[in-house]
Amino acid sequence: MEILKELLKGNRRAAAKLISLVEDDFTQAEIFLKQIYPYTGQAIVIGITGPPGVGKSTITDRLTKNLRKQGTKVGIIAIDPTSPFTGGALLGDRIRMQDLSADPEVFIRSMGTRGFLGGLSKATQATIKILDAMGKEVIFVETVGVGQAEVDIVRVADMVLLITMPGMGDDIQIIKAGIMEIGDVFVVNKADRDGCERLITEIEMMLALKPETKWKPPVLKTIATSGTGIKDVEETIFHYISYLKDSGGLERKRKESTRKEIIDLLREKWGILFNQYIKKDFLEEVITRVIQRKEDPYTVVNRLSDILIKSYKQGEKDYDQ
Amino acid sequence: MEEKKIRVLIAKPGLDGHDRGAKVVARALRDAGMEVIYTGLRQTPKQIVETAIQEDVDVIGLSILSGAHTHLFPEILKLLKENQIEDMIVIGGGVIPEEDIPELKKAGIVEIFTPGTDTRDIINLIKEKIKK
Ligand SMILES: Nc1nc2c(ncn2[C@@H]2O[C@H](COP(=O)(O)OP(=O)(O)OP(=O)(O)O)[C@@H](O)[C@H]2O)c(=O)[nH]1
Ligand SMILES: [Mg+2]
Repeated sequence: MEILKELLKGNRRAAAKLISLVEDDFTQAEIFLKQIYPYTGQAIVIGITGPPGVGKSTITDRLTKNLRKQGTKVGIIAIDPTSPFTGGALLGDRIRMQDLSADPEVFIRSMGTRGFLGGLSKATQATIKILDAMGKEVIFVETVGVGQAEVDIVRVADMVLLITMPGMGDDIQIIKAGIMEIGDVFVVNKADRDGCERLITEIEMMLALKPETKWKPPVLKTIATSGTGIKDVEETIFHYISYLKDSGGLERKRKESTRKEIIDLLREKWGILFNQYIKKDFLEEVITRVIQRKEDPYTVVNRLSDILIKSYKQGEKDYDQ
Repeated sequence: MEEKKIRVLIAKPGLDGHDRGAKVVARALRDAGMEVIYTGLRQTPKQIVETAIQEDVDVIGLSILSGAHTHLFPEILKLLKENQIEDMIVIGGGVIPEEDIPELKKAGIVEIFTPGTDTRDIINLIKEKIKK
């Protein structure tokens, strides 16, 4: 298949088309994803997360420029929220990464969440694989600005950079409420503003309350707009990655994320089969009988499952012929 | 379930400094359910086409105010051709003299929207040209 050959050679058009297919028609894309899978697992995946406007894109831009100086090929996935009302999205992360679009070894893809909760889009995990297969060595995933529930990034990234900034008032509260756990390295950006040292102290105090672990998440400060502190962030990231590799942590993390991926795909698949094989009218009938107390939901679900399994097997047979 | 979405790149080539018009259009397209990639000011034609490739957009919308349309539009069309891209349409907006428009359309720009255009006209044109 031409598109696969081109992708593996690093062709940007092939990668872009494949990502669109993943976003628009996952079932079709699966045919290709199956074939690129053996070529994936090479890239280091770094999650970039934090509240809206803290400087995620600016920091990603700076880190990428540093990596490019060493010849490292970089992929970036930048996710912004899709409006639940219109289905549209304004994807603006590229504004802070303008210079990168002149570099053929950097591939940036902006995505809307398209109804997917958790700070990523459904296509994110597959897109990481596409960028990986095309030869990107480091892949940054910039999530939507996090609130509390958007912590899916831990499942798809090898490590998470959690960015904050001074002067957000309740920001520290936001961080406390559950996302604190996901940071492997903390960055206080906009250190040119007042309150930076205080925020660092607060984060360090909060981290001190966590159970003792071998890796103590460092808290670094940056001024992303001028590049101050970025080198330090870069070194810390790769220090952590080597630590992960040496301690077996990377293997553990990837095993966990593969487990979750398989379970998610399985759930998704059964959802699709449900829509495919359980006729709407039949479902309506069943619902009516349950409401009339002629049947109970538990028995009904078992019967529907039997129908699904049978139809699926039948479908497979049709496919074989 | 998955749904195909129209993806639009809104870019502002050239050196002039404000992008109010481009932002208004970007928001209107978003509200019409499209995914709008907004790149900010001062993009070179090369950067614009490279971005369009990576983002796999259906539409490139160029906002040009500086009167540089006579070379920027053709430059972008040329780059698209060089990259063998035939499935993207290019539309333009800005202060463009009426008499230059036929020439630009002949060159391959699908439509030119001058200031004061109702954003609904832009939405309708895109939806008509891009069937998804
Ligand atoms: N003063 C100051 N401003 C900064 C710094 N870093 C980034 N900014 C500015 O902060 C604003 C937001 O930066 P982005 O990089 O877009 O932030 P983001 O986290 O990616 O934003 P979203 O993707 O919208 O959540 C921009 O205007 C940046 O120029 C910094 O270190 N100091
Ligand atoms: Mg951003």
